[in-house]
Amino acid sequence: MTRKDIPGNGGNAVEVRGLVKHFGETKALNGVDLDVREGTVLGVLGPNGAGKTTLVRCLSTLIRPDAGTARVAGYDVLSQPRQLRRVIGLTGQYASVDEKLSGRENLYMIGRLLDLSRKDARARADELLERFSLTEAARRPAMHYSGGMRRRLDLAASMIGRPAVLYLDEPTTGLDPRTRNEVWAEVQNMVAEGATVLLTTQYMEEAEQLAHELTVIDRGQVIAGGRVDELKAKVGGRTLQIRPTDSGELPRMVAAVAGAGLDGIAGATVDAAEGVVNVPIISDEQLTAVVGMLGAQGFGIAAISTHLPSLDEVFLAITGQKTSGGAGQEGPAGPDRHSDELEEVAA
Amino acid sequence: MSAATITGPAKTAAPAREGRIGLRGNLRHIGALARRNLLQIKQDPESMFDAVLMPIIFILLFTYVFGGNIAGKGHEREYVNYLVPGLMAMMGMNIAMAVGTGINDDFKKGVMDRFRTMPIARSSVLIAKIVVEIGRMLVATSILLGMGFILGFTISTSVFHLFAAVALGTVFGAALMWIFILLGLTMRTAQAVQGVAMLVLMPLQFGSSIFAPTAKMPGWLEAFTDYNPLSNLADASRHLLNGGPVADSVWMVLAWSVGITVVTAPLAISKFRKKA
Repeated sequence: MTRKDIPGNGGNAVEVRGLVKHFGETKALNGVDLDVREGTVLGVLGPNGAGKTTLVRCLSTLIRPDAGTARVAGYDVLSQPRQLRRVIGLTGQYASVDEKLSGRENLYMIGRLLDLSRKDARARADELLERFSLTEAARRPAMHYSGGMRRRLDLAASMIGRPAVLYLDEPTTGLDPRTRNEVWAEVQNMVAEGATVLLTTQYMEEAEQLAHELTVIDRGQVIAGGRVDELKAKVGGRTLQIRPTDSGELPRMVAAVAGAGLDGIAGATVDAAEGVVNVPIISDEQLTAVVGMLGAQGFGIAAISTHLPSLDEVFLAITGQKTSGGAGQEGPAGPDRHSDELEEVAA
Repeated sequence: MSAATITGPAKTAAPAREGRIGLRGNLRHIGALARRNLLQIKQDPESMFDAVLMPIIFILLFTYVFGGNIAGKGHEREYVNYLVPGLMAMMGMNIAMAVGTGINDDFKKGVMDRFRTMPIARSSVLIAKIVVEIGRMLVATSILLGMGFILGFTISTSVFHLFAAVALGTVFGAALMWIFILLGLTMRTAQAVQGVAMLVLMPLQFGSSIFAPTAKMPGWLEAFTDYNPLSNLADASRHLLNGGPVADSVWMVLAWSVGITVVTAPLAISKFRKKA
């Protein structure tokens, strides 16, 4: 894994301290601290109901926090909402464009609302349609767009005012893999142009693709944070999946991996349903070593792939518990979830 | 605003002082949002059915179902002169009701979140809606008058009086819209808004001088109808178009309009601001 260099000049574009938001009995945010450094992408990772969307809504002045402070580009969310709205862009989980208007009309309207002249608003709309590959569909109502086109239009709408800080709230949830890659590419372009991004996601893979740093939240609290590679190291790298040409070989293959004594390889497990052997690895060298060893021993290999840990596995590694939002929740999670080793990364 | 990239927290000089939005800015925003509402109608022409068909159906129904009974068989044309100014008052009410259900639906869409995170006055979203709905009200009134003329409606006064009557109906209709916007923002579903609106509308519409003179109603009902602002508006339009003393009913309508707006507009705007 290559480690991303973290750009930015050290200033914080977003500073959140002790943010609290309760909805009745539900503590959606329960004292969240986080920083997003200028020009970087912070991934906020957490299961459904962790408080990610509430956080974004507080930071975009849609709801008022009950306690704590949050500053975006130097503006306070509570006392300077009007100034703050000039410097942010928001793309939510649900496309925030007008369905009945065409793509071009949507972008033109937003340009006008951002005080562009008619001419500039038209030019900016066309420029963004081109950039997000929507020129052909520009005159069609957005309700006839595919999910991916709608999300791209939404991103384009958020970019019209060249916001200093962009919030992406689960930007690829519900998209197919191809469309997801398109959205990722666009986000990477925006970041290359210097945007600061706060991205919420449920997917470790998305966080790895886009984020420089990660904050893991659950039940309205930050439970871990740090650079993506640091967190991954903590979680235990990747899983190497090997599919033998003959599924009858599975047990022998596991025994071979366990018995080879390769450096840092603890063992392997069989996933009979998938017909694969799973080997936890932390480096590319280990991947090469395992595959090389199996080849040298004469195993027929049909396919190999590597997988990042799922959100569940990340949570399991960090807290020793499954995600609170997942179906497989096991018992109530107490405050002792903050283990000592995590406090240092979260700090 | 020059759409400049703001490069750092320290350098973020606000483009406009304190982020305030001037009158010109507000007008531009209202214009852009009203254009959105117009484009929606263009995309969905069925949404104009109420403004186009309602006046035609109502004037035909009432003229031929009630006209003969109220003015005497064969005297339907006389009833038309009574009915058209009354229906002008009703158009405003019915269009205003549609604003409530429309805003409730609109609010469920993600685009509202975008508007509410943009540097625009939040009231401009509501005002743009009212501007377009006033346009719809004028369409409905024009069709009503056109149908009225076909059925034999005559203006005894002048074109100037006609404009005054239309303007008065518009002012009152716009005031009513704030009530329905407030309802639309308060109730959970568009159906609920419609239900409540019908409950309020029916007694107000029929317990008024819109369709029949109040003199033959029981005393208690006459007392209600005389204070019903729709009666005031119907009477004002009637006197403006058929001739008669105008001042009292016109002042009553203006007083109602101002009163309703002053109370409900700030409530609606604050409700819209706070809505999460």
